[in-house]
Amino acid sequence: MKSLKVQQHPLSPAQRQIETLEQSAFTPFAEKLDLIGLLPLKPTHLDIFQINMGKMCNQVCKHCHVDAGPDRKEIMTRDMMELCLIAIRKTSVTTIDLTGGAPEMNPDFRWFVEELSALGKKIIVRCNLTIIVANPKYNDLPDFFKKHQIEVVSSLPYFTAIKTDSQRGEGVFEKSIKALKMLNEVGYGIEGSNLIINLVYNPAGAFLPAAQHALELEFKLKLWKQYGIVFNSLFAITNIPVNRFLNYLITSNNYEGYMEKLVNAFNPGAAAGVMCRNTISVSWDGYLYDCDFNQMLELNVSTPLSRHLSDFNTEILENRNIVVNEHCYGCTAGAGSSCGGTTV
Amino acid sequence: MKTYYNPEDLKKFGNIGEFEPNLAKKFFDYYGEVFKEGALTAREKSLIALAVAHAVQCPYCIDAYTVDTMEKGCDEQQVMEAVHVAAAIKGGALLVHSVQMMNKFKELSM
Repeated sequence: MKSLKVQQHPLSPAQRQIETLEQSAFTPFAEKLDLIGLLPLKPTHLDIFQINMGKMCNQVCKHCHVDAGPDRKEIMTRDMMELCLIAIRKTSVTTIDLTGGAPEMNPDFRWFVEELSALGKKIIVRCNLTIIVANPKYNDLPDFFKKHQIEVVSSLPYFTAIKTDSQRGEGVFEKSIKALKMLNEVGYGIEGSNLIINLVYNPAGAFLPAAQHALELEFKLKLWKQYGIVFNSLFAITNIPVNRFLNYLITSNNYEGYMEKLVNAFNPGAAAGVMCRNTISVSWDGYLYDCDFNQMLELNVSTPLSRHLSDFNTEILENRNIVVNEHCYGCTAGAGSSCGGTTV
Repeated sequence: MKTYYNPEDLKKFGNIGEFEPNLAKKFFDYYGEVFKEGALTAREKSLIALAVAHAVQCPYCIDAYTVDTMEKGCDEQQVMEAVHVAAAIKGGALLVHSVQMMNKFKELSM
């Protein structure tokens, strides 16, 4: 399967996606925020520095909001990573969150992690698991992660092959199980090891995620009983209507129903706790966004004074107005959704 | 009215209070209490509801509880097993009546 971009799919341009979202007949998200006194949406404080290291990936997941895949060549250069390090030193962020694509495919990934590690911050790597077994050169990633005390966050949409593979591609479940066993072998998920592996559940279709705690218990039971696998926490994440998931919704005639579901499930508590209030998202080419979804929709941070790593200014960013649009309903539905799971 | 069943009518379920608000309120309060997490989990209750929905052959309920079980983390195998439980009870309920038929048959036979 090719990415939407390489297919030159009509929905691939960010502007086309925004037009689609804005044409819908429901109450605009900004109005909803205004009704509960949250407009303009402001940051609370900058705590998480999330870096999208590129769109290259060894998988082509059907729901991917990045539209990542092997045919995407946009990846962060070492020069841009240097600018990230300079920017991070200007902040008091506690967490560096590395995502992609598959960030491990970036040739400077290990160098960057080593540099970040020296800053003494918590480092999260969003690892798709299969990359660990994709090529012998990645087989030692569990040891590398362990060496730098990296928190690994990995998608596993379900504890069965049929559901996982339907979303993430043929054979992904079996490879993911193999990779999880390799992570367990070096201590990840093992009590007392302080090596954290968290899994991410997201629905394989046009419906909302189940209660996070109940799912976590079921995943733990099934993965332990069937495969002897352990992990720390499960994050239940709502699919956001951006890129391939938006395309799936439209082509399966589920778009209106799904958006209606998100709008009806709007939760003011979840709106107050959205992740963009304590996060800054950096793209492979150094531009700044309120979150990874805004990044994919090319909705830059609103302030013209700190739009790129080269003019990164913490004070300006902490006082910006966060850019919202209709996809934001995904983060405020039900128990809320963020890169760390539910928010309420 | 073009059809007896319209998927859009499911969203109007709450409107039944328009003709009789007091009883509707009591029903929906009761309904909400029934489906709360209790000795059974909300997920178990949802699977029971899905099975009963098939037994009573209510298209609105099948629609609603298919979505609800999916949103409670159930997969295809689990929801189909629940439907088979309903089918087994429905089939068993029919077949056990054949004892009555056999009794009558034998009663009238030499």
